[in-house]
Amino acid sequence: MIQLVDVCKSFENKEALKHINLGINEGETLAIIGGSGSGKSTLLRLLIGLIRPTSGEILVRGRDMARMDEAQLDELRLHMGMVFQYSALFDSMSVGDNVAFGLREHTNKSEAEIARIVREKLALVGLEGVEQMMPNELSGGMKKRVGLARAIAIEPSIIFYDEPSSGLDPIMTERIDELIVSTRQRLGVTSVVVTHDMASACRIADRIAMIYEGELIAVDTTENFKQLRDERVQAFFHTLRTVK
Amino acid sequence: MLLRFLEALGSYVLRRLESLGGVVLLYASIFRQLRGGLRWRSIIHQMSHLGVDSLNIVMLTLLFTGVVITLQTAAKFIEFGAQGTIGGVVAIAIGRELGPVLVGVVCAGRVGAAITAEIATMKVTEQIDALRVMAVSPESYLIVPRMLACMLVVPVLTVFGDVVGVAGGWATAVYYSGISSYTFMNGLHMFTEVFDLTGGMIKAIFFGNAIAVLGCHYGLTCPAGAEGVGKATTKTVVTSIIVIFILNAVLTFILF
Repeated sequence: MIQLVDVCKSFENKEALKHINLGINEGETLAIIGGSGSGKSTLLRLLIGLIRPTSGEILVRGRDMARMDEAQLDELRLHMGMVFQYSALFDSMSVGDNVAFGLREHTNKSEAEIARIVREKLALVGLEGVEQMMPNELSGGMKKRVGLARAIAIEPSIIFYDEPSSGLDPIMTERIDELIVSTRQRLGVTSVVVTHDMASACRIADRIAMIYEGELIAVDTTENFKQLRDERVQAFFHTLRTVK
Repeated sequence: MLLRFLEALGSYVLRRLESLGGVVLLYASIFRQLRGGLRWRSIIHQMSHLGVDSLNIVMLTLLFTGVVITLQTAAKFIEFGAQGTIGGVVAIAIGRELGPVLVGVVCAGRVGAAITAEIATMKVTEQIDALRVMAVSPESYLIVPRMLACMLVVPVLTVFGDVVGVAGGWATAVYYSGISSYTFMNGLHMFTEVFDLTGGMIKAIFFGNAIAVLGCHYGLTCPAGAEGVGKATTKTVVTSIIVIFILNAVLTFILF
């Protein structure tokens, strides 16, 4: 579905990503893990077209995103959804308006139909009757769930998650993980999850890719990934075992 | 020493040119978005949010400006027997210059700063990225409505300011300087033309445009963090005021 071919990204003199080659298959959940500043968020921003690679190709269904103009990128983004690290809800709008935003912008649906979809998507993420609330009245976990409801409102074929468990307590982290899994099962979407939480990555992902200092050092199925001998990978699993 | 000075000077010029280039690119993007239709609901909301809220401060500023101009001029004009011109002098000074410029400066502080703070906060909290990800252009959704709202609202505020300013001048002339109401109003009718008001409104359209676009530019280019938002807001106010004064000189040459 998405193919990164020799992708590099530099900011002024700093190389954030070095020669990344990675394929994302239709319908799978891929977790991209790595420490802070490793380049995983940069990779996510490249995948959604918020920044362009310095070199290389990002092929989405055979078309190179790096060569698209804004109008072509917008057309592609209509099939993508994103859940931001801090939710990025529009704070001047109610929860209902946030979820309805994409529908109002890109469809000709009636307000009654939009209201029905908003209720349905909020119910899918376990939130009901919160349409009139403002984002500043919600807890961190609720904001993430509204962010997910907003992302799935336009029924995308691929959803990107940026640090979905960041800032949440372990119980809420598990609930968000369950939501990611159930969203994929119900909607059949492809999911790309950027996280530094190994436990979370193991719970939700079919495959895990690890970025270390801008390089893709490992990518494999979750089971195989655990067996890798690379000490940088093991360091991540070590934290997991310590927690257990 | 000289080399360091030249380096600093070069670096300063480059930064200014980079910022100017950013504004030019923003204008290019705005004009592209203008072809795609207007969000009237958002424009009206912004007019209310940015304009109506500024009405009180604008009227207060111009009221006291009218009072002060009359206080400063009336005594001398009476001394030279030219009290019949005071109404015209006050109206021309306010209509052509003080009205649009002071409303522009007040709006730079009140409206420009508010636009920058709002957009910079949206940028820092990834709301601008969220718009892009949802295939909505921030230029179309945020900037065009604010720019058009300011271009409509600042001239309207100027008219209110002009009326209140002249009224302040009239009240001072009549109740403090002892000039009759007829003399003041007669001078106003004799020496002023409609273009003294409309010319000022044309200036105000340009000022409104500059305030909104600079406010949006500094909001969109704001560095991360609360300190960045504060600095961006200050830059908007300072740059807008400088641009208003430069534009005012250029437009005065062209219009009057």
